[in-house]
Amino acid sequence: MATLLRDRPIAAGRATGGPASAHRFSRRTRLLLAAAVLWLLGFLLLRGSGTLALPASELTDLHRSLNLFNGWIAENRDGNPVFMYILTPLRSAVGLVAGFFMAIFAASPTGEVIPVLGWLGTVAVLTWIAFAIGNVKVALLTAVVFTFFGVQGLFIDAANTFALVLTAVLLTLIVGIPLGVLAGTSNRVQKVLTPVLDFMQTMPTFVYLAPLALIFLIGPASAVIATVIYAAPPVIRLSSHGIRSIPENTREASDSLGTTGWQRLYTVQLPMARRTIVMGINQSTMAALSMVTIAALIAAPGLGQVVVVALQSLDVGTAVNAGLAIVLMAIVLDRVTTAASQRAEPSARRARRLSGRARYIVLAGTLLLTLGIVQVSRSVLWAAVFPARLNMGAAISDGVTAASGWLQTNLYFLTHSFRESVTVGILNPFQSLLTETPFYLLVVVIAIAAYAIAGWKLAAVTTFCLAVIVSLGLWNDAMVTLASTLLATVIVMLLGVVFGVAMGRSRRIDAAMRPMLDAGQTMPAFVYLVPFLGLFGATRFTAIVAAIIYAAPVAIKITADGIAAISPTVVEAAVSSGSTPWQVISKVQLPMARKTLALAANQGLMYVLAMVVIGALVGAGGLGYDVVAGFVQSSVFGKGLAAGLAIVFLGILLDRITQAAASTPGRKPGARRT
Amino acid sequence: MSRTAGLLKRSLPAAAATVGALMLLTGCGSAAVNQAAPGAAAKTDCGTVNVALNAWVGYTADAAVYNYVATNKLGCTVVEKNLNEQISWQGFASGQVDVIMENWGHDDLAKQYITDQKVAVDAGLTGNVGHIGWYVPPWMAAKYPDITDGKNLNKYADLFKTSESGGKGQVLDGDPAFVTNDEALVKNLNLNYKVVFSGSEAALIQSFRTAEANKTPLLGYFYDPQWFLSEVPLVKVELPAWTPGCDADPEKVACDYPEYKLNKIISQKLADSGSPAAKLATAFTWTNEDQNSVAKDIQGGMKPDAAAKKWVDAHGSVVDGWLK
Repeated sequence: MATLLRDRPIAAGRATGGPASAHRFSRRTRLLLAAAVLWLLGFLLLRGSGTLALPASELTDLHRSLNLFNGWIAENRDGNPVFMYILTPLRSAVGLVAGFFMAIFAASPTGEVIPVLGWLGTVAVLTWIAFAIGNVKVALLTAVVFTFFGVQGLFIDAANTFALVLTAVLLTLIVGIPLGVLAGTSNRVQKVLTPVLDFMQTMPTFVYLAPLALIFLIGPASAVIATVIYAAPPVIRLSSHGIRSIPENTREASDSLGTTGWQRLYTVQLPMARRTIVMGINQSTMAALSMVTIAALIAAPGLGQVVVVALQSLDVGTAVNAGLAIVLMAIVLDRVTTAASQRAEPSARRARRLSGRARYIVLAGTLLLTLGIVQVSRSVLWAAVFPARLNMGAAISDGVTAASGWLQTNLYFLTHSFRESVTVGILNPFQSLLTETPFYLLVVVIAIAAYAIAGWKLAAVTTFCLAVIVSLGLWNDAMVTLASTLLATVIVMLLGVVFGVAMGRSRRIDAAMRPMLDAGQTMPAFVYLVPFLGLFGATRFTAIVAAIIYAAPVAIKITADGIAAISPTVVEAAVSSGSTPWQVISKVQLPMARKTLALAANQGLMYVLAMVVIGALVGAGGLGYDVVAGFVQSSVFGKGLAAGLAIVFLGILLDRITQAAASTPGRKPGARRT
Repeated sequence: MSRTAGLLKRSLPAAAATVGALMLLTGCGSAAVNQAAPGAAAKTDCGTVNVALNAWVGYTADAAVYNYVATNKLGCTVVEKNLNEQISWQGFASGQVDVIMENWGHDDLAKQYITDQKVAVDAGLTGNVGHIGWYVPPWMAAKYPDITDGKNLNKYADLFKTSESGGKGQVLDGDPAFVTNDEALVKNLNLNYKVVFSGSEAALIQSFRTAEANKTPLLGYFYDPQWFLSEVPLVKVELPAWTPGCDADPEKVACDYPEYKLNKIISQKLADSGSPAAKLATAFTWTNEDQNSVAKDIQGGMKPDAAAKKWVDAHGSVVDGWLK
């Protein structure tokens, strides 16, 4: 559940003179200190009052009225024109496309087990496509990975997943690119769209999954639509960003030639933004793949099903086998789309070895070969159904199960005491500081802090977000969630700095770490929840660890990029003036990458927040639990919806504060705003 | 300009060729191997039955046997759908689910879909009796024999303290989909405990497994029949016995959970169709031991279909009784 790249401009700092800023700065420190003192005093004196705690089984009137939503859909599905003329045809169309791809690559939805293409044919066709839009290297990767799915005994499941992801990505592009272009060319559209996209990315899928299944029925269509809701924002954001970052003078030059709006779009804006748009397609594809396990909860076929079913019987081996397939598919899709975006570069175009004509001949030749293989695949059984004796799935599962069992028995006491000390020493005191301080006092404290960081506007936004959370009746749960979220983010940032610096300074470490980071980001959390439960029990700590696994890779990658981007001459100068490596890191590299670190913190925080619901499956409680409960019990659906909204507003609050903090100067007194 | 045009020029023919080829292949496939795939036995008037698969192995056992008999003895085409309970019930309304093989209570859903919308009907009991309650791992029951009496729970509260329970004893709850009164029970029985929500069945089972393996204390919500009980025979803690009406007001509950007579639900559509699949669903009934034996085979790595076949072959007369 990635939040992915955001292109929101970081609020521009006000340019003020040196002495003035020093003065303002000390005022800021005073305000922050005052807020901290007020908080501590309030906690000590008024502890336990105004906590707005709501027991898990109780509802507010708001929750009860939101409950009626589901019943309303059920009653109106048949007569309502919105359903008859928009939603139902949309469902049929999406279902048709999904069914088409599934029939080709996997099997017809009616339960036939042999796909139209057969496994060999599918591998051949996909390899050829990878070659056509990418290069030989990614084509080879595609062939190897898709054949390996067969060895894992998961070819049909993988093909189903691929078909659904493909459908979702196509739909995402049809909707997303025009919207992104519109947002890129019109400020008004951009303004309306940004909060909607924030909403789509932070609203937990569990909240809208059940209503979606009610509107679009159970099955592939609902799964695809749920995936599109989550996967569309990155491509919209990046398309808009690509168009907006075209230099002003280029635009003016084309305007001075008298181009019309459409001409400008086709001849200047789209071509120049193409690389960014393809990057958006890449991000959307990754996001779509991360929905695979969630979509399985409404009976979408594929690898997600294998993971979810394995989780029921705590079958770690099978879950890891399927999770590995998801990771591999993510890597293939990532590398192929990245190769396609590099191919779109003008410089790559010139450097190509084959001329246009020669390339056509090669493509046509390989296409013929591909079609030949497809024909074989359709007439010979071993090429249609993956041979069972090559199936190593059971061996992989057994190995993993044994390894995870060994870890759980032998590490338990170590992990157990580590968990206890972190929870009792840090998490519990911090959580009670948040949950047991009266809510009105905490709102004031946060507003003062926001004012100190970036003035009235931020204070107003944060107060509004907190007020919404209070009125949703879920303040206490939100504070429980906030405590774990912040602790997880601190650890994510520590890891981000340590590994990010190591990767930024050494190419070798970078190359060794990347695949692990990719795996951490794309391995479905469901896969590693069970072994973690064995190690850490059903606790908030387990949820924090799961969130760290998912969020740390982003923070590490961003930090590494920031460190690597520092001009080597600066580092060399520091080294030649006799600085030790430690001094280079702490005095040169980290301070110079400060902006990147702030971005890493912001993204790390958003990724941690995306895991709130998953964390609730292993004992996190809080808002995530309300969401999960709302998904599985119709009587608390309203509370789940309210909790989803609370997560969204918590996300907006944290996002705005970290972004504002990123754009204000660091702690060094006298630092000038730039 | 030239770049976009170039991209179009390059990718259009390729895309056209691929799509064309795929269309061709999907269109004319008369001789292909895949046409011979579906091997439904004798064709009958049974048609297609959509069976919801809920997320616990006991349910899977029921469904596996039902699906095996419906497919192999009645010639039905069974479509299995992995869904949670609430979404399965939704499926009755949209016509996408025909059978739920093991239903635990869910009065709210029964009211909505059976009484109000009239899209589903009760298809009778499965013969399985469900016991919800508070359980401890067997090592605790052996070491502290009086712990299984709910009255002594406060004495042992310190034992169950965890980092999650805020200084009180911990009662661990599982999947939020399951019926629970635990918060009210703690309050109304004046127990020095706090309910901690693990959030999923997997978390609950794994916690009990770890507790037994490492001999650590744990008190939690659990239920029988459940395959895990054949791996670790958890011991039930006796709370004040259930009497009719003692749990009428959810806020004031101070008694144990009732016995759940588990039942089957089928869609009104299937019931009206007169399909033999509806008759089989209504007639299906077996015991907790039957279910546990199939569930244990599935848990041990057998495919549900194979586990069902094993049980059906060994219990021919029972199955014949359903088909009469």
